[in-house]
Formats: sequence, structure tokens, C-alpha cells
Amino acid sequence: MQNHHLGSSLSLFTGTDLVCFRGGRTVFAGLGFALSPGEALMLRGPNGSGKSSLLRLMAGLGQPLEGALTWSDESIANDPEAHNARLHYIGHADPVKPVLTVTENLRFWATLRPGFGNGEDAIASALEKLGIGHLADVPGRFLSAGQKRRVNLARILAAPASLWLLDEPQTALDRAAEKNLKDAIADHRAGGGMVAISSHAENSLANARELDINQFRADSP
Amino acid sequence: MFHRFANPARFLRFAAVIQPWIAGLTVLLFAVGLYLGLLASPADYQQGETVRMMYVHVPSAWMALFCYTGMAISCGVALIWKHPLADLAAKATAPVGASFTFLALVTGSLWGKPMWGAWWVWDARLTSMLVLFFLYLGYMALNNAFDDPGRGSKASSILALVGFVNVPIIKFSVDWWNTLHQPASVVKMGGPAIHASILSPLLVMGVAFTTYYLWVLLIRIRREVTANKVRALQMRQASRGEQ
Amino acid sequence: MNGFLAIVRRDLRLAFRQGLDSLMVVAFFVIAVVLFPFGVGPQPNTLARIAPGVIWVAALLASMLSLERLFQTDYEDGSLELLALQPVALEITVMAKVTVHWLTTGLPLIVAAPLLGVLMNLPEDGYMPLMIALTLGTPTLSLIGAIGAALILGSRRGGILLSLLVLPLYIPVLIFGVSAVDVVIGGFSAKPQLLILSGLLVGALPLCPWAGAAAVRQGLE
Repeated sequence: MQNHHLGSSLSLFTGTDLVCFRGGRTVFAGLGFALSPGEALMLRGPNGSGKSSLLRLMAGLGQPLEGALTWSDESIANDPEAHNARLHYIGHADPVKPVLTVTENLRFWATLRPGFGNGEDAIASALEKLGIGHLADVPGRFLSAGQKRRVNLARILAAPASLWLLDEPQTALDRAAEKNLKDAIADHRAGGGMVAISSHAENSLANARELDINQFRADSP
Repeated sequence: MFHRFANPARFLRFAAVIQPWIAGLTVLLFAVGLYLGLLASPADYQQGETVRMMYVHVPSAWMALFCYTGMAISCGVALIWKHPLADLAAKATAPVGASFTFLALVTGSLWGKPMWGAWWVWDARLTSMLVLFFLYLGYMALNNAFDDPGRGSKASSILALVGFVNVPIIKFSVDWWNTLHQPASVVKMGGPAIHASILSPLLVMGVAFTTYYLWVLLIRIRREVTANKVRALQMRQASRGEQ
Repeated sequence: MNGFLAIVRRDLRLAFRQGLDSLMVVAFFVIAVVLFPFGVGPQPNTLARIAPGVIWVAALLASMLSLERLFQTDYEDGSLELLALQPVALEITVMAKVTVHWLTTGLPLIVAAPLLGVLMNLPEDGYMPLMIALTLGTPTLSLIGAIGAALILGSRRGGILLSLLVLPLYIPVLIFGVSAVDVVIGGFSAKPQLLILSGLLVGALPLCPWAGAAAVRQGLE
């Protein structure tokens, strides 16, 4: 899972000439990006410009109409499960089952990951990092929206993956939790991880590349 | 700019040229087929004039299967090669195929009344046609069940392929079920020995039904292409409104 | 295999904690069958004649009713897209869901069937073939149904549409399931029917998870 040996001059995860066709329209066209270990990519653009669509393409949920997404020069579509093993995705919803406790929820997702060994510690420390250690045995149905979001974020901390795809992760978070998230992202990058993140928030990550999706709009006449 | 895949200009030009020819051929074949079937062929010694129902019933049943096969192939092409025309062809075929199936059911029932003394008999062929009709209905319902037309066509394509795999299984089980429950003395429709005087109008009618299908298919695909353009224009307006 | 077991375990736990779903399926099964004596009259001969067919049709409807929720809850709370993004083949995930569906509906139906045989005055010879045929047939129903349940994800009308998609495909199972019971009551061997039911199951086992996974994939795009 570790990509330290790959020189950071070489981009590990790239997209070239991507065309996204969704809901009967071309969302964006000719879009490209490149990510190397330790880097972060901030996706900018108004509603409907395709930030979420791009993150979903990066995750492999759906395929671009044209263009290529590659990991070490190999198309991610060639081996979707290998791609899944190296990514974590945070979407709009927080999949926390109401009848399972927070730990049970996290344990389920963690057991699906490769190399999940000393699991219980990893889950406990992930919860601590997001400041919700006290919720470990609380069933999901008692959680607020912000707490559910933090459980979802703890999910990606509990099992390692080199690529984080975060779709507006700050939603429903208070200021303290936002700080926790930023620290987690900084840790992840320091360890050679990569992040692609969409966000409305004005404050950006340190040393992040910015990608303004609006300039790839395809439906301008 | 419309996406180039959503604007199959070449097909439209081709369709515009070929459509009048197919229309003419259809009219001609129907004229010949109906003349041969209704006037020039003999009545059946057992069934009398009602046998002429066959010239509509049998081609309808052929077309019901032909259309489902064509639809399944189009769906496969649409899923594997993502060819937009295949999508449109499948979507355009479904109501036509369903109509042929319905026609086969109605004519079968009308034909059966004097033969069996009942409007509906659970004859193996009619029963299979009925199930096929439900498969068509399911395809069309699923195609229309989504706000995003792209989702609808993908989901219904998978359904059409699943249904296509199942058609022989259903046919086999219905035949089995039928022989189990009905005495073998029932006269089978379009029995084994077909005389040439019956066969030639039947074949002409079969070809006429096929060209009629192609004609309607062209009209429907052209209509769908236009509808897609309208939809794209509306979407462009919606996405512009946000800026 | 670990992924398969983890999903089965989690879904079973969800089913048990959510409580009454399987009991409701059985209750529907019983009440649907009980309607028939009211409809056709209580003469033992009439009931005995239609018993296998009525029990099978009710089992088929009961199995179908619970299909709608097979993927729906996971789809709504975002779990399904995360499941599709795990290093577990989506076919395995679908197979796990089908297994749980059978364990929570097919199996209770088989257990309840003898009781209904009593209510419907099923001749004594019919019990054994009824149980065997249900054991061979209900997994096929779950497998075929999974395709339908995946296809309707995100559609405007779920349940009623599902019945239109799935019921025509259930006809072969119904025909051979009923026939197996009928012939034994008539004094013949049900071997051909049971062999065909097994054949249907063996055919559905690889094909349905594959088609179901394709359907889930397009539902998530």
C-alpha cells in the first residue's frame, strides 16, 4: 500500500482528456489532473460543474465517456478491485446503520479491507482522532448528522489506503471537527498519501493544487 | 454543442433516403399478401374461412419473437459498445414488438373461438405469447421509470438480456406444463403440413410485417433523436441558469 | 470469501436487530394461503387439488415482497456505493445479499410450508416433494429477484415495478415446483421435475450474481 518508493516527480494517479456524460448532458470535457504521493488536489467550481462527478470517476463509480484514468500508467478500469483496495471515498451520504453501534459499523467496513490486522486498536484510535471516542458503543440511530459524518471519516482512518477521495467532507462538521479532519489529511499526506477533495469552504489546505472545473464546461456554445 | 454521440447525423441522412422506399415496399407487400391470403387462397376444409386469420396471426407471432430478439441484440450492443443508436433502436422496438405480441394474442383468441369454443384456451403457444407480452411490458415500464433517460435505457437493457436468456426456458416449461395438463387431441395452430397455397401468402405477409416494422422503427428512431435534441437544449438552459 | 462472510454476517445482524421482517414474510405467506378456502370454499377435495399450486404461488409472492429492500436501504444511505468500492468483487457482494435474502425469507417459508399443507388438506404424499421442491426453488427465486431488485434502484415506482419485472421470470420455477408435488400425489416419481429445478438453480447461481452486479453498477453510475 505504501508508495514512498515512487519518486514524487512522477505522477502516480492521473486523468487525461476526461469527458463526463451524466444525466443526458456533457458535464465537463477535456479535463486532466495529476496527483503524486503527498499531494492534495482541491476541486473548485459552482454547483453542477461536476466536482462530485469527477470524484466518482476517480473512484471508478462509472466510467468517463472518453479519456483515461491511470494509476502508475495502468488504467484503473483494468483491475477495479485493486483500485478499490487503494482508495477511500467519502460521498454525500454517511452510511451508518442505525441498529449497529459505532464500533460495529466501523468494524464491518474495516474487515472488508486487505491487511486489517490489529483492528480494534485502529478503530479506537480513529475515533479518538476525530474526538468521538466516547461514542464507540452508541448505536447509530442516536447520532446527529455531524457525529455520523465523523464516524464516516473515522472509517477511512481505521484502515489505510493511499488515495482519499473526499466529496465536501466538511458538511455538518463544527470547527473542532474540521480541525481534526485537517490534521488527519496532513498526517495522511505526510505519510505519502494523496487527497482529492471538493469543497465550498474558503479556507484551503496547505500546498494544495487547485483545479477549477468550471473551465472545462462542455456546454458553452 | 451537442455531443457528437447524441447527434447521429449520418444515420438521419440515411434514414431520410431509405424511408420512402421502405414505406412503398410495405404497402405493395401488404396489397399482394392480403390479396393472396384473403382472395386467392383456398379456405380450409376443416376450419373454413376462419383459417385466414392465420395470415395475420402467424406473422404477428413471428414478429413478436423477431422484435424481442432484435431488441435484445440492440441492448447487448448498447451495453458493450455503448452505441447510442443501438439504445434508440431497442427503445423504439419495444412498443412495436409489444403491439405485434398483442395482435398475436387477439387474433389467436379470435381464431380459437370457433375452434375451441372459448375465447381463451391455455394453449402452449398462446401462453408463451402472453408471458412474452409481460416481458415487453416490464421492459417498457423500466425504461420509463427513471428521471434520467440514460439510467432507464441501461437498466432496461440488462432486463432485456436477462429476459432473452429466459425466453427459451419459459417456452420449454410452458410446453411441458401444457402437455401435462391438456389432452393431446387439441388441434395445434399452423399444424405440421402446410400446403403451398397457404405458405406463399404467409411468407409474403411475413415479409410485409418485417418491412412495416422497419418503417415504424425508422420513424420512431428519428423521433427519439429529435426528442433528445430538445432535451439537450432544455438541459443547457437549466445549467446556464445557474451561472 | 472473508468479504462474503463479513457481508452475510452484517446483513444477518441487521435483519435480526431490525426485527420482524422475516416474521412478516411468513405472516404474509400464511394469510395469503388462508384466503383461498374463503375464495373457493372449504371442501377438502377442492383444497387438496389446488394445495400445491396455492402454496407455491403464495411462497413466490412472499419471496418477492421482501425483495424490494434487498438493495434499497443500502442504496439510500450510501452503503451500496461504498460496498461497490471495496476490494470485494461486486458479484460476491450480490451473492452475499442473495444468501441473506434466502436465509431470512426462503428458509422461513420452507419451515412454514408443512403447516399450510395441513390447512390446505395437502395429501400426505405431497409433503416431502413440496419441501424438496421449495428447497431447490426458493434460492432460484432469490437469485432471479436480486437482478430485479438491483434494476429498480433509484426508479420512481419501486415495488410494483419489481413485480412486473420478476414475476414472468418466476414462471418456470412455479411450473416445475407445483408439478413435482402433483406427480407424487398422482403416484409417479418427481425426479424429472426436481432435476429440472436443480438445473435452474445451477444455471442461476453463476448468471444471476453476475447480472445483478451489472445492474447494481449501472444503478450507482
